[in-house]
Amino acid sequence: MRKVRIADSILKFLIIGSSLISIGALLWIVGYIVINGLPHITWEFISTEYKGDQTGILPMIISTAYIIGLSLLISVPIGICSAIYLVEYSKPGNLIRCIRFATESLAGIPSIIYGLFGYIFFVTALKLRMSILSGSITLSIMILPLIIRTTEEALKAVPNSYREGSFALGASKLTTITRIILPSAIQGILTAVILSVGRIVGETAALYLTAGMVTRIPDDIMSSGRSLSVHLYMLAKEGISFEQAFATATVLLIIVAVINFIANMLASRIKKATTAR
Amino acid sequence: MEKSKLKIKSWKKAKIEKVVEHMFLICALIAILSLLVIIGFIFAKGLPAILKIGIVNFIFGMEWKPSEEVFGIFPMIVASLLGTAGAVLLSTVIGVFTAIFLAEIAPNWVANIFRPGVELLAGIPSVIYGFFGLIVFVPLIDKWFGGGGNSLLAVIVILTIMVLPTIISISEMALRAVPKEYKEGSLALGATHLQTIFKVLIPAAKSGILASIVLGTGRAIGETMAVILVAGNSPILPESIFGRVRTLTSNIALEMGYAFGLHQEALFATGVVLFVFIIVLNLILNLMLYRMGEKA
Repeated sequence: MRKVRIADSILKFLIIGSSLISIGALLWIVGYIVINGLPHITWEFISTEYKGDQTGILPMIISTAYIIGLSLLISVPIGICSAIYLVEYSKPGNLIRCIRFATESLAGIPSIIYGLFGYIFFVTALKLRMSILSGSITLSIMILPLIIRTTEEALKAVPNSYREGSFALGASKLTTITRIILPSAIQGILTAVILSVGRIVGETAALYLTAGMVTRIPDDIMSSGRSLSVHLYMLAKEGISFEQAFATATVLLIIVAVINFIANMLASRIKKATTAR
Repeated sequence: MEKSKLKIKSWKKAKIEKVVEHMFLICALIAILSLLVIIGFIFAKGLPAILKIGIVNFIFGMEWKPSEEVFGIFPMIVASLLGTAGAVLLSTVIGVFTAIFLAEIAPNWVANIFRPGVELLAGIPSVIYGFFGLIVFVPLIDKWFGGGGNSLLAVIVILTIMVLPTIISISEMALRAVPKEYKEGSLALGATHLQTIFKVLIPAAKSGILASIVLGTGRAIGETMAVILVAGNSPILPESIFGRVRTLTSNIALEMGYAFGLHQEALFATGVVLFVFIIVLNLILNLMLYRMGEKA
């Protein structure tokens, strides 16, 4: 009995200790970066260019926005259509198994491999050069599995009675999908988009090799652009300015926190809606 | 007249339905196509280099000197494996205990504050971890142990924190998925709560926990930029845990910008080796899940 009690208290100590380490790591990292970064975030820092004695991050914000927009533009329609096929049309079989396997494998490929591929295929072979376009196409493949999987979950959560009701009223399959299923699954699809934005904002390795590091405001999608994450990497790696690095890291953290907040809000709204059904 | 018009209309509609279905199918095939093209390009560019350098010379070569056309990646393989193994080991211990805390011990309100924290940890861009490691851990390691601080140890610490959220959230889900009856039965037999957790819940949630570990391993071995910032990046075998190391991933990112010819191909070959690791990892995961399924 005593032995049990000793073992129990050791385990309890380990459990509490580990939890403190986990939460401590988060608080330490976020606290340290925000405390050191927040004082350096000024309107000037956000709104000026990065040239001469200006050290603003406006070009990086614009490049990041370009890359997010373009990647989503490519990947979201393809991902949603794939998910629709997988959930609404496909019958179990080898083809579906192949698509599933491919999606899972794509999700497991490290981002540096995407970068390597994008560099040799889009940048070199297709002669798109290091550009916003090359980076965006590369990232759109990278986020495809995330969009497909999340959208699939959302489509599966639409009750079958909705489909049956629509068919019973004489609506065709396509009408059912566009008028009934997609609107009911819209919040889940939005979650997919939000999570993808998070993934793109945090990506460094793939963009480093495909979109380049130019610090000018991009003229169009064919010019090279440095994303915020790549900017932070360059500042830290080259030891250019830790002040700017802290401030950039804080901006990134704020973006990620907002994204997580929106995703959580959507998730809880979906949960409410499904329990109400 | 009216009737035939209607017929044409419904025929047209059916045709549109068919066309759209095919369009959906084509979209679904893009995933397969992308995977094939990626594997094709990486291997087509990397395999010839491996053959040119010689498989043994490449994999077991101890020196990496692009200027002299000497390409051996053994030290980087070792660094990648050691860094990943160390990080996964540490974060499995910390992560599973934290998952137990969240699923079993913590009151609801604590878990509800804790969980978004773990999600935030998962969402933080990896380069921020690298920056934090560079500015906090590297100086600390230098102060306590000497040697500059850029080291295998720094890599392990950074990767541990990065892998943690993956292990915590998937293990917690696995623990919560264990049927309530298991726990109640064990408690009814007179086992303490902690005995129940370790002798009943964890064995029952084993497959989920193992899956989280494999996914975490994938994240650790593939991480690039955060590792570059803290590793020191010398392509030599580390003498100790405080030695400078270069991983497979960082080798690619560090030199891709200016490499050409055989040097560039050797970097693709590095990618091939990394790819093989990932494939093996996925096979292990599938095998494990398959075995679990067989037993149950």
